Amino acid sequence: VNIDPWVPLLVVLSSLIPGIWIFVLPEERISTRTVLNLAGAFLKVALVGLMMWGVYHEHRYEFRMPVLPELDLVLRADALGLLFVSLSAVLWLFTTIYAIAYLEGSPYRSRFFGFFSLCVSATVGVALAGNLFTFVIFYEILTLSTYPLVVHRGTPAALQAGRVYLRYTLAGGAVLLLASVWLYGLVGPIEFDEGVSLARLGNQSRGTLTAIFALLIAGLGVKAALVPLHGWLPVAMVAPAPVSALLHAVAVVKAGAFGIVRVVYDVYGIRFSEELGVTTPLAVLAGITIVYGSVRALFQDDLKRRLAFSTVSQVSFIVLGVAVVGPSSTIGGVVHLVHQGLMKITLFFCAGNMAETLGLHRISEMNGVGRRMPWTMAAFAVAAFGMIGVPPLAGFVSKWYLGVGAMEASQPWVLGVLATSTLLNAAYLLPVIHAAWFKEPQGAWHEDRSFGRLETHWALLMPPLVTAFLSLEGGLLAGTPFSPLRWVKLIVERAYAP
Amino acid sequence: MNLSTAATADVPWAVWAIALPLGAAAAAFVSRRNLAWLGVIASLAVSATVTGLTWQVWRFGPRRYSVGGWGAPLGIDLYADGLSVLMLLMTAIIGVCVSVYAVGYFADRSAEANDDMGVAHRDNFWPLWLFLWAALNALFLSGDIFNLYVTLELITLSAVGLVTLAGSLTANAAALRYLLAALAGSLLYLLGVALLYASYGMLDIASLGRTMTPGSVSAAAIALMTVGLALKTALFPLHFWLPPAHANAPPPVSAVLSALVVKASFYLLLRLWFDAFPNVIALNAGSLLGILGAAAILWGSIQALVARRLKTLVAYSTVAQLGYLFLVFTLATPGETSTAWSGGVLFAISHACAKASMFLAVGSIQHAAGHDRIADLDGIGRQLPLTFFAVALASVSLMGLPPSGAFLAKWMLLEAALETGHVWLVVVILAGGLLAAGYLFRILGQAFTPSATAATFFVPRSMEGAALALALVALSLGLFSAPLLDLLRLGEIHVGNTAAAIMS
Repeated sequence: VNIDPWVPLLVVLSSLIPGIWIFVLPEERISTRTVLNLAGAFLKVALVGLMMWGVYHEHRYEFRMPVLPELDLVLRADALGLLFVSLSAVLWLFTTIYAIAYLEGSPYRSRFFGFFSLCVSATVGVALAGNLFTFVIFYEILTLSTYPLVVHRGTPAALQAGRVYLRYTLAGGAVLLLASVWLYGLVGPIEFDEGVSLARLGNQSRGTLTAIFALLIAGLGVKAALVPLHGWLPVAMVAPAPVSALLHAVAVVKAGAFGIVRVVYDVYGIRFSEELGVTTPLAVLAGITIVYGSVRALFQDDLKRRLAFSTVSQVSFIVLGVAVVGPSSTIGGVVHLVHQGLMKITLFFCAGNMAETLGLHRISEMNGVGRRMPWTMAAFAVAAFGMIGVPPLAGFVSKWYLGVGAMEASQPWVLGVLATSTLLNAAYLLPVIHAAWFKEPQGAWHEDRSFGRLETHWALLMPPLVTAFLSLEGGLLAGTPFSPLRWVKLIVERAYAP
Repeated sequence: MNLSTAATADVPWAVWAIALPLGAAAAAFVSRRNLAWLGVIASLAVSATVTGLTWQVWRFGPRRYSVGGWGAPLGIDLYADGLSVLMLLMTAIIGVCVSVYAVGYFADRSAEANDDMGVAHRDNFWPLWLFLWAALNALFLSGDIFNLYVTLELITLSAVGLVTLAGSLTANAAALRYLLAALAGSLLYLLGVALLYASYGMLDIASLGRTMTPGSVSAAAIALMTVGLALKTALFPLHFWLPPAHANAPPPVSAVLSALVVKASFYLLLRLWFDAFPNVIALNAGSLLGILGAAAILWGSIQALVARRLKTLVAYSTVAQLGYLFLVFTLATPGETSTAWSGGVLFAISHACAKASMFLAVGSIQHAAGHDRIADLDGIGRQLPLTFFAVALASVSLMGLPPSGAFLAKWMLLEAALETGHVWLVVVILAGGLLAAGYLFRILGQAFTPSATAATFFVPRSMEGAALALALVALSLGLFSAPLLDLLRLGEIHVGNTAAAIMS
């Protein structure tokens, strides 16, 4: 029996079924819930590993189910999708471990972990979607399943953040739906692997196609937090730390950025996008977002809010890499999908640790915290240096390829954006490190929970250390066969293949 | 070979689908004992007959039965194709869930504290509901415009009777208003029937489709019948009677009214426009219905946004959602297979399941909390998690988000609107979804707020289960729409096919 067609479906179900199970689980069944969560997470990682092995050996993983006449629900593992799936699966595993410890003893955990699992199922669906229709379906499910996580605490601030989140994302979803239906009406189902030739529609459709492209980017740009559609992201930071990790690194923002990559490479095709003249405006928009996000980050005293604006800025490196036409910048952009995820999740884990252990939220309160929580702050420092782009960390690799790509495409202004953002990144991240390590503590912490010999709960400490280590390795071992960079080069070779 | 002879060899499921609920209604009226058992068993039996009929249509194509062996034009003909079978199935699924819910609702002793309802009222529910079911099935199976008039009246009378079961003064006033509006609608329809019979001497929809010619009489008949049915379907601005009637009826009744009764008159309108009138209808007449439908979407949604009571909100949501159905008349071209037409039918089915679930769940909330003021329901999601889960899932369908059937229906309507260049409808369809999210998240946000009262709420399992089951059906319609759409294509309502079915 050939099980290959079912593997993509199983990857989705590996978190969906535990999620539904967890919903109906009584609140006090803690160990069952933990087992379900972890079993789902490990199974997902294993299945993704199997698919990576298979795609390397030219297996075809495609699940197809007819939904409307001539329109199928398709889950397919291709190189780009696998990159995103493996990132989400691995980070979800660590976020789950982190969340179990973070929410220990707090109410409504069944509900939380149920939606948490739904959220990651939707993300996996987005990553494996084989056509635009399937992509839209999972993209919308992702919106819905994230809302309960954002408002989880039920405070007025959380409910307000939820309302803002919905206003942005549902409107974005409607725009994306419109663009998808419109495109479907013109060329039929858009399968990502076949590379529909939009060029054959002829010159009279160019205006329409440009309009659809703009709508697609607007719809996806909401989740990718492109300026001016980024307003929901800093507000949503009221959610618990694991949710922030999910929003910023594992799922939501990434789904938007990933969608833009799909649109440019697999819907329009990079050559046709360039010919249509839509890549330069997109690059400029990304450039503006990068600088704007960094500038806003400078003025935030709340650590999570500063990190949120940093995400606004950093995610647009992905968009920038996609929009500057050329293999090198594409490599830089797509690999940043992984690198940004690893680094940003580390930063949010560390911020969560400080909040959970010492009650610290503001940067002005963090003087000397490095002595109380050396491991946490070491992980923070590694990720922060990576964000700034210090060699040999992961962020440097991304920026290097982006810079080279900009030169190849003879768009030197991109170098200006890169340089400015590096300076700004340093300006808003280094003061945190400086305060933590080199300033004297101002007195007692707001609260000080003791965890024996460790600085905090082991399950809160392990995930950021691992992800910080991975972001270090992403840069150090970039040249080895198993690095994200190598996989991205494979994707890009295919995208630019004649 | 004549199809009616072939049918006699088969089991006449279509006849049973009407006779069974009718008989059960009579039994319930006479016996007055063990009504709950009778009701549930009858519901299951009716569903079985509908399943049998579905199988026949799936296997052999559209069916025509002559009741008692007398064919048209003298006797009564029953006609079943993909569309009628889907409507019957929809009625059966919702019917079973409503019956199960009603058993719990009417048996729950704690109800007396909250609901002002005497024993006599409870006993009247079952005969009226089963009678209504029989009338609905008869309507979906009739192919003759006079019989359709009769079924319409039967539906009206039993539905009005059901509204009065609430027993309150507001409910009675609403029921009276509903009765007058519905009777006026039937009367207009009957006038149209009379005009058609006078000029063509026939009542059969399929025959009319082949014979009707343009002219002032035809135009007048079409106008009268359309206005009458639009009034019964509560198309904006003729919706005035719906919110009070649907918001004040007992929950199982609200569910049936919003999910099924308004769909019946819509179904009839769809049949007439696409089956009897396509040769004579003015090309842009459908645009008017589309414009009113669009207005209904916006107006109903805005009213739902400001509603103070949960049931009023849900009732206005019905006004808005019915608007989508009327877009079909603008977007679909009579006489051909079209995306918009299938999308409209899928939307109707999806809305029926989701709205029935919504009314049942909201009814449970009102039942448990003793009121349905939205402002005072903080934390209700924590007190009634299963019921609230049903509300949430039904909401996903009503917003038209994936994976619900309504999402696919919207996709198809959007596709048709873009194809035919109705950009303003595209905007309305998308805006309607966002507005629906706006009013539904007024409720959904309350899952997360701290509780308003310390009281623990209790609702019988059957009530919670019925609402949840319907919400799941509505949600999963998106995944299993392919067979439904295949079924819909069997003997599509278009003139040519119907004629072919008779000839064979």
